[in-house]
Amino acid sequence: MPQLTRKEVDEIAMLARLHLESDEALRMQDELGKILDHFLALATVDTDGVPPMTHAVPMDLRLRPDEPAASLPASDAVRGAPAREGDLFVVPAIIGGGDK
Amino acid sequence: MTELADLLEHWEPVIGLEVHVQLATRSKAFSPSAVKFGSPPNSLTDPVVLGMPGTLPVFNQQALALALRLGVATESKIRARSRFARKHYFYPDQPKGYQISQYDEPLCEDGHIDLILGGEVRRVRLQRIHLEEDAGKNTHTGAVSHVDLNRAGVPLVEVVTAPEIYSSEEAAEFMRALHRLVRWLEISEADMEKGQMRCDANVSVRRRGEDRLGTRTELKNINSFRFVQNAIEHEIARQVRLLDEGQRIIQETRLWDAERGASESMRSKETAEDYRYFPDPDLPPVVVDAPLMGGILKSLPELPTQRFVRYQKTHGLAADDARTLISERSLAEYFDAAVKAHPGDSSGRMIANWLLTELLGALNADGKTIDDTPMPAARLSELIRLVEDGTISGKIGKEIFEESYRTGEAPLAIVERRGVQQISDEAALWEIVEQVVSANAKQAEAYASGKDGLFGFFVGQVMKATQGRANPVITSDLLHKRLGR
Amino acid sequence: MSGPTEWLSVTETAQKIASGEVTAARVVENYLARIANVDRELNAYLTVTSDEARKAATEIDRKRAANQPLGPLGGVPIALKDNLVTKGTATTAGSKILDGWVPPFDGAVVEKLRAAGAIILGKVNCDEFAMGSSTERSAFKKTKNPWDTSRVPGGSSGGSSAAVAAGLCAASLGTDTGGSIRQPAAFCGVVGMKPTYGRVSRWGVVAFASSLDQVGPLTRTVRDSALVLEAIAGLDPRDSTSLDAPVPRYVDSLTGNVKGLKVGIPHEYFDATIDDEIRAAIEKAKAALVERGAILVDISLPNTAHALPAYYIVAPAEASSNLARYDGIRFGKAASGAKNLLDLYMKSRGSGFGPEVKRRIMLGTYALRSGYYDAYYKKAQQIRTLIKRDFDKAFHHVDVVLTPTTPTAAFRFNSKATPLDMYLADIFTLSCNLAGLPGMSVPCGLTVDGLPVGVQLMGKPLDEATLLRTADVIEAAVGLGNRRPGGRS
Repeated sequence: MPQLTRKEVDEIAMLARLHLESDEALRMQDELGKILDHFLALATVDTDGVPPMTHAVPMDLRLRPDEPAASLPASDAVRGAPAREGDLFVVPAIIGGGDK
Repeated sequence: MTELADLLEHWEPVIGLEVHVQLATRSKAFSPSAVKFGSPPNSLTDPVVLGMPGTLPVFNQQALALALRLGVATESKIRARSRFARKHYFYPDQPKGYQISQYDEPLCEDGHIDLILGGEVRRVRLQRIHLEEDAGKNTHTGAVSHVDLNRAGVPLVEVVTAPEIYSSEEAAEFMRALHRLVRWLEISEADMEKGQMRCDANVSVRRRGEDRLGTRTELKNINSFRFVQNAIEHEIARQVRLLDEGQRIIQETRLWDAERGASESMRSKETAEDYRYFPDPDLPPVVVDAPLMGGILKSLPELPTQRFVRYQKTHGLAADDARTLISERSLAEYFDAAVKAHPGDSSGRMIANWLLTELLGALNADGKTIDDTPMPAARLSELIRLVEDGTISGKIGKEIFEESYRTGEAPLAIVERRGVQQISDEAALWEIVEQVVSANAKQAEAYASGKDGLFGFFVGQVMKATQGRANPVITSDLLHKRLGR
Repeated sequence: MSGPTEWLSVTETAQKIASGEVTAARVVENYLARIANVDRELNAYLTVTSDEARKAATEIDRKRAANQPLGPLGGVPIALKDNLVTKGTATTAGSKILDGWVPPFDGAVVEKLRAAGAIILGKVNCDEFAMGSSTERSAFKKTKNPWDTSRVPGGSSGGSSAAVAAGLCAASLGTDTGGSIRQPAAFCGVVGMKPTYGRVSRWGVVAFASSLDQVGPLTRTVRDSALVLEAIAGLDPRDSTSLDAPVPRYVDSLTGNVKGLKVGIPHEYFDATIDDEIRAAIEKAKAALVERGAILVDISLPNTAHALPAYYIVAPAEASSNLARYDGIRFGKAASGAKNLLDLYMKSRGSGFGPEVKRRIMLGTYALRSGYYDAYYKKAQQIRTLIKRDFDKAFHHVDVVLTPTTPTAAFRFNSKATPLDMYLADIFTLSCNLAGLPGMSVPCGLTVDGLPVGVQLMGKPLDEATLLRTADVIEAAVGLGNRRPGGRS
């Protein structure tokens, strides 16, 4: 399973939207491979019928009453944005249906 | 399209729909930020909606209640414990880089919606109904896009049908039925033009008689009822023609372009996005227990299809009339209120008739709907009773209706004020009949010798003499007696 | 009163200000002067909020003069780890990608501290997004261990532990996901507490691993830990994982009595490779408890070895998800000159995140991929249940579990050759987070080189009181007393 191929590293970096320089990608391939190797042991543990952990103290979802609260003023909402136009966030256009 | 019709003899379309419905809550799914269509950009956000570091989701009680109404109304299996899951993808209208949705353990499964097609009930199974949050809006303007997050975080239910819809007409009817149902249940305004109900269609075709499903394409950007039928029809035609030419269908997402009346490939689903679903660690399981369900059940009105059946069985209404009455909950409720104020075996048919013809006619002319009717159900019922028990004739009834509708005066009061009670006294009517026949001897002779059409003339004369108040049935009887045939 | 107020405990500071013996203004000035002097070397602080602190101190003094209540932490200067959101004050979480972000809201613990009368002195350094065990992964500064400046202060709450150890604040709040409070506390000779998961609100904690993160105090004494914990614990409706459980007066548990206390000694921990001097100090702590009537019980926590791989799947998986929001669009830093949207994402995140964060995002993304989810994330979550069950079984026979906090004392900078080596520094602390249990580290001695050693106590869910009681006794018997780092004062 583990030992990652370069292709896998590139695929994962793309999924995570992380630009990696060539040498970074190489290092990543090596480091991640080693870490994942180390985790092979987990596969041997018998977890048949063991439920995944949720909370140390079991709890149910608490619900919130449907009461609207004050919103942030639009100017505050966009204040920290690296690029904005009036009260709108600005992003570059997608090219060729790339992301979605 | 004869050619297409021929092709469709060999090829069967198979359609599954994924419909997103915005729930009519006042605040968002996971934050108390307000929900309001048409607000200035980014004026309905808070740190949670913006996905700021350190923020956490807290789920809206009303969103759960509204979703459960739909689950019950569709007779779905409702999970006692369901989980939220994170669905990851990067897009500017998705602030956290993931959408809170449901995956492995959705709220509802295996429900159904009944369509009324040609007076018959046809059942479409629902694979699931689950909760999720809406994304914001991205508007493309040349080299940049602008992002407005007002809509981000609004609660949605996603309704997924089994691939059991077999024509574009059925698909459109499903959308209408779902639209009617969610409005009926008061869980959503479901205005497609406001984006409150959105439809994606999965379309494939297969040779008739085959069990296996063909390759499917996903059709997006269908944002009105009209387009549902057109877009799906177009896609069926596209696929059928390709297959007929021996070509392959590529599994892909296509965007419907209403202006061009055609769809365009968005991206190949072969390199599909890996959403990396996992249970959201910030949200413990949603628990639906008996007390909660009890409250939901109590809050449910009688459902459209139940009423459709009742209107025909109990009140003897024609299927068409029943169908019109259930097209809107307030219309059905008006009918029920009028019937309640007016017990009587055949009253249902008469009430339906007056309601659908006279009242809706008047409302339409005024540009009003049943919700703004100036004539309450009890008053219409009173008017109908006056006609039924012979106090006034049907013809006079229509006049009284118009006046009562306009002025709000009670029908009985109008009748008494105008003195238009029906004359049903045989002796009195006989006198008038006598007078009319005597005054029109020539016509009486002509009638006696075979001119049947003159009968109407005599009826008209009696009506004139009585200001229209003569009981038409008795008048007719007496005239026949007096005229000899 | 003149003379150093900087070494006063939280308890003493609050008392002396309440009694009028010293003004809050004086206390704040003393800390600010010491920070200006000492922190040039140590680099614990990223932001010193001197104006705010002075204003807050003036207000406390005004209240005192008017005989108004000051709150249980009235006038106590506290430093906050920079992954705790503070309204109007820069919050970076140690990352370039959040450089310049000024939050429009306070986190819950910050609100609670303010409500208790505490004074925020500033934001202290940490590993980027709390991912690390040495604070070397901060994008901004290199914080040094006050006991030996050639060594790390531990991580990820290294700024907190260094500041508390060096008298640069009365106490600090850190966060602990895999040991990030306890390990730096051990390395810097201070008390570090990670409460039960859900005990303290995560609203306003820059999320690393949602199912593991908890906020907790780093203090110079156990009593201080009890006081600060009480101030920050409690239900918060803004955090759906926050527990609805009453908050006891934790100081009341400091009875000094451990007679009959059953202390579990898990052999899996003690069989591991541990420095001799660490072992020796731990033995002294155990002996001190036994002398006072505690009973040592040998126990087994059989799934201990699986804690490391389980943690390094769950934590990065959740982190990869929690860090998806950093895209340079709504806040933080964006790469300039992006050609298109994809470019914006790739370059902003590629240059904004450091190598350790990138590594964990990659690891987490890998683990969550469809087809891998069952074998990795789901499996790891199942292992967590097994680890929790181990503890549940043990707690039928014991009241508290005792282990070393770390296998070694503070290591030197750049001494961990590979990421994996660094991860191994956490082996004793991870299980506690995976099981959601409360855990503490309390100093129990110094090595020959004068480096602090910490002993770890782990308890039943919501039983911080027993941990505090036990730690209090250990501190009285074998604690560092008045010993301070580096002979500086």
